[in-house]
Amino acid sequence: MIAMDETDISFFKDGLRLDGRKADELRPVKIEVGVLARADGSCYIEMGGNKVIAAVYGPREVHPRHLQEVTRAIVRYRYNMASFSVEERKRPGPDRRSYELSKVSREALEPVILTNFFPRSVIDVFVEVLQADAGTRTAGINAAAVALADAGIPMKSMISSCAAGKVADTIVLDPMKEEDNFGQADLPIAMTPSGEITLMQMDGGLTPDEFRQAVELAMKGARDIYELQKQALVKKYNQMAEPGKMEVHACD
Amino acid sequence: MTNVISEIKKDFIYNLLLKGERIDGRSFDQYREISIERDVIRKAEGSALVKLGSSQVLVGVKMQPGEPFQDTPNRGVIITNAELVPLASPSFEPGPPSEVGIELARVVDRGVRESKAIDLGALCIEPGKKVWIIFIDVHILDDCGNILDAASLGAIAALLSTKVPASRFGLGEDYILPVRDIPIATTAIEFNDVLMFDPGVDEEAIANTRLTIITTAEGNICGTQKSGTGMLRPEQVYRIIDIACEKAKEIREKFLEA
Repeated sequence: MIAMDETDISFFKDGLRLDGRKADELRPVKIEVGVLARADGSCYIEMGGNKVIAAVYGPREVHPRHLQEVTRAIVRYRYNMASFSVEERKRPGPDRRSYELSKVSREALEPVILTNFFPRSVIDVFVEVLQADAGTRTAGINAAAVALADAGIPMKSMISSCAAGKVADTIVLDPMKEEDNFGQADLPIAMTPSGEITLMQMDGGLTPDEFRQAVELAMKGARDIYELQKQALVKKYNQMAEPGKMEVHACD
Repeated sequence: MTNVISEIKKDFIYNLLLKGERIDGRSFDQYREISIERDVIRKAEGSALVKLGSSQVLVGVKMQPGEPFQDTPNRGVIITNAELVPLASPSFEPGPPSEVGIELARVVDRGVRESKAIDLGALCIEPGKKVWIIFIDVHILDDCGNILDAASLGAIAALLSTKVPASRFGLGEDYILPVRDIPIATTAIEFNDVLMFDPGVDEEAIANTRLTIITTAEGNICGTQKSGTGMLRPEQVYRIIDIACEKAKEIREKFLEA
């Protein structure tokens, strides 16, 4: 988060946020399953102005071989931002931020993946941020979790992710760009539907009470996203079950 | 990058844990002995050697004038780096920074930055052209667990002893770098529903969930980071926060507020 000096942006007008949302409201979410032909599983998600696509390959052979684990599959996660996804062109390729986000995102998903079903193999998750508008890591995790399910990777549960923030001394759900840049705190989480937290980061300033409030609000957001993830998966596989619409995925 | 631990040792630690004990006899929220030695490197503008039990971390601060970022033309720059040099652990390897090293540096940076300990506005020399750049370089010397807390402690301790080298660059007299807050990172691991603070290297190897809470002098939270492939329930998070606030206060008062 960029700590800016006092700005005269007013975050609320008649109790509503800059984009007309209430404090505890998510941005519009759109989830599509199975959008890539080559990947074993894929998902496209829009969360507000974020456009993110995730692909899953595997379980497959590990290269380089020395990375393989004899008792379980390893999970790799690559978070990558397109150079044109942000206002000022981002230099292509990984930077320190994306290394960190890749690590924590992988650790957000790994707890639910039954990796011991696939010893000596790798499950690769690739996330491309095509358009960024605050909350790309949470969008990426949401898309990746759906893509994992789409790839048929055995999981203990879904993972859903959402952030809460603090702007103008108010705790808000799912901050957008302006609120993230000029706000007072950002707290992204990821969790299972039963509320076990697998990702938690925070920067800014929150009192312990505000912290709790923010965690609870972010969890509410994640629960709402969980319903949308489920619906998107059900929709795809229902369609596939209709006669004549069955797509056979041949191994090529 | 992972530390290997034998099944027997793992069992041993686990069985102790069931009895409410830790391998080195500490209570679950007890930190190992801390020592902070400042100004250990004369060539650096500020430095601190932190010992946390047997873990040793050296942090050096260097400062030099340079160009500001385009979007913050009137503000100084902080750049935090961490080197997990191979002399510090059998599991560290030479080469470009690992994921773990990058995460460590970024969490240390988060504490300094988000607590607003350094007034970046005061580090402007010539708006849009020249500002002070602060390099915080973390050198891990001996990894006996919880190097993140040690590194954060080292960073703020080094900053507290930093003298801005203005005369060297013809910018007037040297002066003490003003530091406005003292962020303290406290880390706990979770294993079988037990929360342990300041984990040793073997404890880190058995647990797969870690939560770091960074608190400011006012008792607010300015950064957190969950790490590892496990899960935490909200109650566990809140419990860690409560204890972390207390521990941070103790450490801050004892070692840094002199």
